[in-house]
Amino acid sequence: MSTAQRTGGGAARRRLRALTPRYVASKVVGAAVLLLFVTIFNYFLFRVMPGDPAKTFAPRGRNDDPAALQAMRERMGQGKPWWEKFLLYLDNLAHGELEHSYSQHQPVVDAIAERFWPTVLLSGTALVLAAVIGMWLGARAGWRHGSRFDRATSATSLTWYSVPEWWLGLILIIVFASKSGLGLFPVSGMSDPRSDLPYWLDVAHHMVLPVTALTVVYIAQYTLVMRSSIIDERYADYLAAARAKGLRDDQVRNRHALRNALLPSMTQLFLSLGFVVSGAITIETVFSWPGLGLLSEQALSGPDYPLLEGVFLVFSAAVIVMNLIADLIYPLIDPRVRAA
Amino acid sequence: MTTTTVDVTRGSVAWARRRAALAGFWRQYRRDREGLTGLILLVLIAAVAVAAPLLAAETGLSVTHAPGRPIEPPSGTFWMGTDFNGRPIMTLIIWGSRISLIVGFAATVISMVIGTLVGVLAGHFTGWRGGVFNKLTDWFLVIPFLPLAIALAQLFHGLPKLLAVIIVIGITSWSGTARLVRAQALTVEARPYLERAKALGAGHWHQVSHHVLPNVMPLVLANTTLTVSISILAETTLSFLGLGDPLHASWGTVLHDAYAQAAISNGAWWWVIFPGLSVVVVVRAFNMCGRATERILDPRLRERA
Repeated sequence: MSTAQRTGGGAARRRLRALTPRYVASKVVGAAVLLLFVTIFNYFLFRVMPGDPAKTFAPRGRNDDPAALQAMRERMGQGKPWWEKFLLYLDNLAHGELEHSYSQHQPVVDAIAERFWPTVLLSGTALVLAAVIGMWLGARAGWRHGSRFDRATSATSLTWYSVPEWWLGLILIIVFASKSGLGLFPVSGMSDPRSDLPYWLDVAHHMVLPVTALTVVYIAQYTLVMRSSIIDERYADYLAAARAKGLRDDQVRNRHALRNALLPSMTQLFLSLGFVVSGAITIETVFSWPGLGLLSEQALSGPDYPLLEGVFLVFSAAVIVMNLIADLIYPLIDPRVRAA
Repeated sequence: MTTTTVDVTRGSVAWARRRAALAGFWRQYRRDREGLTGLILLVLIAAVAVAAPLLAAETGLSVTHAPGRPIEPPSGTFWMGTDFNGRPIMTLIIWGSRISLIVGFAATVISMVIGTLVGVLAGHFTGWRGGVFNKLTDWFLVIPFLPLAIALAQLFHGLPKLLAVIIVIGITSWSGTARLVRAQALTVEARPYLERAKALGAGHWHQVSHHVLPNVMPLVLANTTLTVSISILAETTLSFLGLGDPLHASWGTVLHDAYAQAAISNGAWWWVIFPGLSVVVVVRAFNMCGRATERILDPRLRERA
């Protein structure tokens, strides 16, 4: 036991050493460059939109105070060359300032900050559930490759994979939430002030349907990835050794095969974040969940360009940062990445 | 004179080889149950789209001359019920299949062209030029699809909506193809015949068009089925969010109407279920074909079926 612990400690130290400053720096710089690209692209994309940006604050002549409009134009750098405007934008961004959202009647940054955590709560819960259930199903299916369980799991998950998550959400509302249906769950929102449940239980009650819709659709990708990596590992020599030690079949699977097959699923988890963002937008729209997704949908009616721009930036930045984290985690869990 | 004859024979040899490869592919495909089921489903759906005028009268699409009463549940006359204008849902689905399929295929063509081009260039050029194309791919892989599509849809505001949707889906969905093509192009680049071509003085254009592209194309074509299904899903989602063309009924716009006109609180389940099911069936069918093709082209996967 003590030997095992000592080698374990050594392995951990070796893992930490695998994160060489050079590797970390290259990944961080790469992510920073990507982030800069997204910012530039985002800036110019919304700048080529027609119209006077200051005017969008005064739709149809309301709040049409010429002095205020002039001040705003100056703050946006009107009349200056484009690169000066862009530097001004970057400067504002560095101070955590974006423009003002006229559909939400507050600064874009505040609107986003308010909606950030509900989205993390909803999408995060669904993502974790989908990954755990999907990997478990995939491992079982791949281990009994060709069995009835395997065929049923593959066919079912592929079918759910073809379902738009928001459509599933609508169906769930019709069946479980609407007055003509079972009426078991709330139709929309995150909490109900009239409810006598404790707050967290009320939120959980509101989460059941949207999380179910997202989870069911997300499961497939983890099932399929885990299934094929388990199939790859199934006949590996080290598994024969584990069996020869006299381990039971499920011990061989859980302690040995699963660990080695985990990495592609981890990759899938981080790669699917863009997908998760799309799911957040549509499912939050359907369930009126007060998160960033609903905010983007609300920004579309108008359209509220400053808000759209801000939300797009936050979504892209979130995905880039999560990918960076993934890149930094890989060498810790997989020696093969260290060698590369 | 002689050179042309040589050219013709060399060309015909290449074509004969391609025909033989295709015949071999079909022989294997025919034996794949999943692939065949998907193909039959697709042929049926395509037949419905083509024969739309025979299956459902076009007047059923008109808001003013709608044949039914608003929000009628399914009945003998209207098998799938009607929408809030009294239009039969079945007519909308049959005619909508045209729009959904057209958008799906057209967006796929754009996505394939961009993806192949960027992928081949990223694989062919070494040094900073390849690096730029590679970074471009990485970047599009990372940017979340739906926010980008929404932002681009604002940019193409002036275009006809249907065209805008096609272009938006096309330019947001090519990165996966580019990644795949680049990997394949890199293996081609390492082959000796390319070295021979370079030694004989072949330029970039000749190398790419005569050696890299022909070797990459089968993979690209196999990838189209999966891309079409992604494009159809994307069209449905964009239309649902109200970015589609309200003048042409597609499955996504029907669902958008259903949502916007509160079909759910009215208990009009038929208005939501049938268009959505159509999307699921088509996407699933394309995925079945795509998986069968993958299995045949990638022998490593064959054992896993």
